Amino acid sequence: MKYKSVFDIIGPVMVGPSSSHTAGAARIGLLARSLFGGQPDHVDIYLYGSFRDTYRGHGTDVALIGGLLGFDTDDDRIITAEEKAREAGMHVQFIEMEEERSHPNTALLHLVRGQERLTVEGISIGGGKIELVSINDYDINVSGNYPTLLIFHKDTFGTIARVTTILGNNEINVSQMNVSRKEKGDIALMTIELDDEIEDYIIEEINGAEGVDRVIEMEES
Amino acid sequence: MFSSIDQLVEAAVTQEKSIADVMISQEMEVTGRSYLDVYKDMERNLEVMESAVEEGIGGVTSTTGLTGMDAVKMQKYIDSGKGLSGDLTLYAIAHAVSTNEVNAAMGKICATPTAGSAGVVPGVLFAMKEKHDVPREDMVKFLFTSGAFGFVVANNASISGAAGGCQAEVGSASAMAAAALVEMAGGTPAMSAHGFAIALKNMLGLVCDPVAGLVEVPCVKRNAAGASNALTAADMALAGIESRIPADEVVEAMYKIGLTMPSALRETGRGGLAGTPTGQRLKQEIFGGQ
Repeated sequence: MKYKSVFDIIGPVMVGPSSSHTAGAARIGLLARSLFGGQPDHVDIYLYGSFRDTYRGHGTDVALIGGLLGFDTDDDRIITAEEKAREAGMHVQFIEMEEERSHPNTALLHLVRGQERLTVEGISIGGGKIELVSINDYDINVSGNYPTLLIFHKDTFGTIARVTTILGNNEINVSQMNVSRKEKGDIALMTIELDDEIEDYIIEEINGAEGVDRVIEMEES
Repeated sequence: MFSSIDQLVEAAVTQEKSIADVMISQEMEVTGRSYLDVYKDMERNLEVMESAVEEGIGGVTSTTGLTGMDAVKMQKYIDSGKGLSGDLTLYAIAHAVSTNEVNAAMGKICATPTAGSAGVVPGVLFAMKEKHDVPREDMVKFLFTSGAFGFVVANNASISGAAGGCQAEVGSASAMAAAALVEMAGGTPAMSAHGFAIALKNMLGLVCDPVAGLVEVPCVKRNAAGASNALTAADMALAGIESRIPADEVVEAMYKIGLTMPSALRETGRGGLAGTPTGQRLKQEIFGGQ
């Protein structure tokens, strides 16, 4: 079943006007912020399809900025997010893209702070629900319905087994797992959806495993 | 977990519970949370709905200027005592319009089941409060009953205008509200299912054709239609009138109609009212030459 909770139906509480174009956009911004690990100095936001056509009328732009500032879907500050971004020293630029992506409601965010860079592509699939479809050009498919681990690792023998062994030893159940890479032998990205939230010490253990580059934990949305 | 309206009604009858309580029990089971936690969350949603109703009656206008201030007109008309419909229907219309005007103006609302259809359920619920002074607890339970029926629609069909047209949004909301109205008024679970079926049947085929792709025209007025349709269906069910087609089959019919609906009529802002000369002109004025 796609919907699990009564609050998927009576909810979310949100700033209008559109669950897909406003609430969903805020959630994409929030997710990008959490993956980046804080507030960026500069963000380029590329808008596609229906997002590109109607973002001004739907407040998709301010919702994305609000999310990047850490505002949730029901936060009134979304309306004045542009001003809040200026105060916070975060510069955001919107780029309207002519090409079409696989989903009509797509936003690609390029976040920058000093030497740090992160590119995140999200889609808004309806009723405020979103999915993450790529991160730093790695194709992934994360629904946000479950706590998820994003693990950048070396594409070498045994790394995947080491990570899953740690999860198994700690009695963590995996509901879905996917590995994506750009080139053989390069850095790869493992995405693991879990049934339950994971303790910090287990994340530390995975971070320390041979072949693992960086671990990002994403809470369920 | 119930996956059909049939199962939902059966659970309520065999467990001798209201539909609202069946929904609360399932939520507790799925999330592992306590009765109080689940109840409090719904109470918070009710408070958001109440604030939105009040804000809209006070008067709001959207950024584009396409919608706003009609809830104020409706309230003045009610106060004049010249209304043709009964009080309950008039209040439901005013509150539904009010909520959706607040949504269009980027105010805070509770999606029920979506933002575009957020006026229907609170519209009838706060009309019941105004007319019959319903206790707070019954109002919270009303939302659980609505949610139980919406849950079945969302999982077996769709609650998205882009996927199933307006029948999936305002249609679903209207049917959810009808079912909850029946339970609130003392009807049996089976009568709630009939109220649900009658309301949804009356909304089958409704397209999603918003001008300029925005949740404004005709969404605000369709919420008023959804609210008054819910009252009609609930009164019929409470009178003992039954739907010839069972509720689950109506949901399936709605889903199949959505699948055959052309994309121009599914939230793309191209067909229907969006495609009229005035619809096109308004789009031009809002977004400029494209």
